[in-house]
Amino acid sequence: MTTASNLPLEPIADAGDNAVLALRPPARRKAPIAQVLFGTIGNTLLTLATAAILLAAVPRLIQWGILDSIWTATDGSACREASGACWAFLRAKFRQILFGIYPPDQQWRPLLAVTMLFCVILYSLPPRNWDRFLVFLWCIAVACFLVLMQGGVLGLTLVPTAYWGGLPVTLILAVSALGIGFPFGVILALGRRSALPVPRILSVGLIEVIRGLPLVSLLFMSSIMLPIMLPEGLTIDKLARAGVALTIFSAAYLAEVVRGGLQAIPEGQAEAARALGLSWVDTIRQVILPQALQKVIPPLTNTVIVMVKNTALVLVVGLFDLLSSGKAALADPSWPSPFAETYLFIAMIYFVICFGISRYSLYLERRAAAGQVR
Amino acid sequence: MPFSVKLIDGSVGRSVDPKAEAAVQMIDVHKWYGEFHVLRDINLSIRRGERIVICGPSGSGKSTMIRCINRLEEHQKGRIIVDGTELTNDLKRIDEVRREVGMVFQHFNLFPHLTVLENCTLASIWVKKMRKKEAEEVAMHYLTRVKIPEQANKYPGQLSGGQQQRVAIARSLCMSPKIMLFDEPTSALDPEMVKEVLDTMVGLADEGMTMLCVTHEMGFARQVADRVIFMDYGQIVEMNTPDEFFRNPQHERTRLFLSQILH
Repeated sequence: MTTASNLPLEPIADAGDNAVLALRPPARRKAPIAQVLFGTIGNTLLTLATAAILLAAVPRLIQWGILDSIWTATDGSACREASGACWAFLRAKFRQILFGIYPPDQQWRPLLAVTMLFCVILYSLPPRNWDRFLVFLWCIAVACFLVLMQGGVLGLTLVPTAYWGGLPVTLILAVSALGIGFPFGVILALGRRSALPVPRILSVGLIEVIRGLPLVSLLFMSSIMLPIMLPEGLTIDKLARAGVALTIFSAAYLAEVVRGGLQAIPEGQAEAARALGLSWVDTIRQVILPQALQKVIPPLTNTVIVMVKNTALVLVVGLFDLLSSGKAALADPSWPSPFAETYLFIAMIYFVICFGISRYSLYLERRAAAGQVR
Repeated sequence: MPFSVKLIDGSVGRSVDPKAEAAVQMIDVHKWYGEFHVLRDINLSIRRGERIVICGPSGSGKSTMIRCINRLEEHQKGRIIVDGTELTNDLKRIDEVRREVGMVFQHFNLFPHLTVLENCTLASIWVKKMRKKEAEEVAMHYLTRVKIPEQANKYPGQLSGGQQQRVAIARSLCMSPKIMLFDEPTSALDPEMVKEVLDTMVGLADEGMTMLCVTHEMGFARQVADRVIFMDYGQIVEMNTPDEFFRNPQHERTRLFLSQILH
């Protein structure tokens, strides 16, 4: 028989005859760093290989990016002579990269519009703000955004969408593709699981057709074929056409993610709700969807991030999003076309947005997991 | 005043008196799952305030039968009249019936994303259109009655099985149902938690609630049931007062079943 005395650890609680033997868990041993790096032959080889790659790459990167780089220059001549990075180009061109060919004297408008959109996005993040007012706020925000960008009213000069470019285009495309695509995706997912044949066949058909097409071809179709199909005299803005294509595309993908969540909810949940007298709509809205969406936060985030980056594909139909504005800025012959620097800058903006989304989704996951130990 | 009701097959049936004393009436009810005849010729009339215990081997159709009463399952033949309302394909009527009939499930089926209090107020707010504060008062009243008011702000996953089932009972009671259906309410519980749930059910029975319980708790049946029903192969084989049922079962199948569950 085991007694407390021959156990390796002392009991920490002792309350007489009926004592509960409570022991601390054995301390976790941490492997010393040398053992982690050189403990086995395999690890040693990996460590040496990594060190060699770092030694070769890092000094050259520092040389290019910092030591030999040009930070201030009024034109491209200094950059042409230097062997390092031409950061001065970004200083000279960041407005064109961010706002494209929007009239320079009017660029306070996209700046204000983008700032406003970011503020509304930030306000939308805490779940306690998710209510009817938020939907209203978004409608107002998008309307303000369009008025600010387009102008033609309130004494603002008219700037047609053909002159829009850069970050505002990327943002409005992403926001509409996801904001409008999401409710449609939910409807498609519910339709696909419906017992009624008509909604089911329509949903399955739409989802499968859209998923079977590359986004590029969808953009071409909406850009070229839609105007042909529409009656004479009726035209839809090019930006709006691309927006519609992105929205349909994201709706199809979001639908499948949401469907995955719906399938994970046990039948008993809907039964309990129906037994309480809840209508179908309330059962879905109050009981099924909140649980289904919580279950699919990781794949949902994945789709959202992919869609934000997919907006860059609108360059194939001649729209100037962030990426194509950067490319356009590079075309200036007075500068030596610093591709790497420009793309690094654009990549950084995308990364900040996408990494932000990713961190936010982790916060949502932790919050969802908090109370519900199952 | 009598009124005529439409039958499932669309024909107009004989009139039903809404003031009739029956809480639930099942007349010649049949149901099939595909080719499988799961309910055969069920005839059952339950008075208001009556407590019925239904037992039988698994697959005998007992759960299906009580699930037909609030239309979680659809019967294909015969008539079911709940509190004067006949169950037809009329969705409005089904919702009416569901408001009158509470149900407690084997696996509780609490909503895991809502707190205990929110579980209990959900239907009051969305079905009865009650104000949140009022709904919470009602919820706290019933949570106190099932003796767990202190758990109101926890999530179901943080409660024991017995506590969860008591929350499920409170959640049903919040809609002030006239009839309560229990579908094996203690089968998924650890043995030491069965009593707390049964005690809650006995309390309800004492207050005169009309109850239909599918259960194998024969002690409960002896204590509270007015009638015990034994089902097998989708049929009601035997129906009697608990005394007669246990002491003097009429059918061979009932005797066999009882000998297997009463040791």
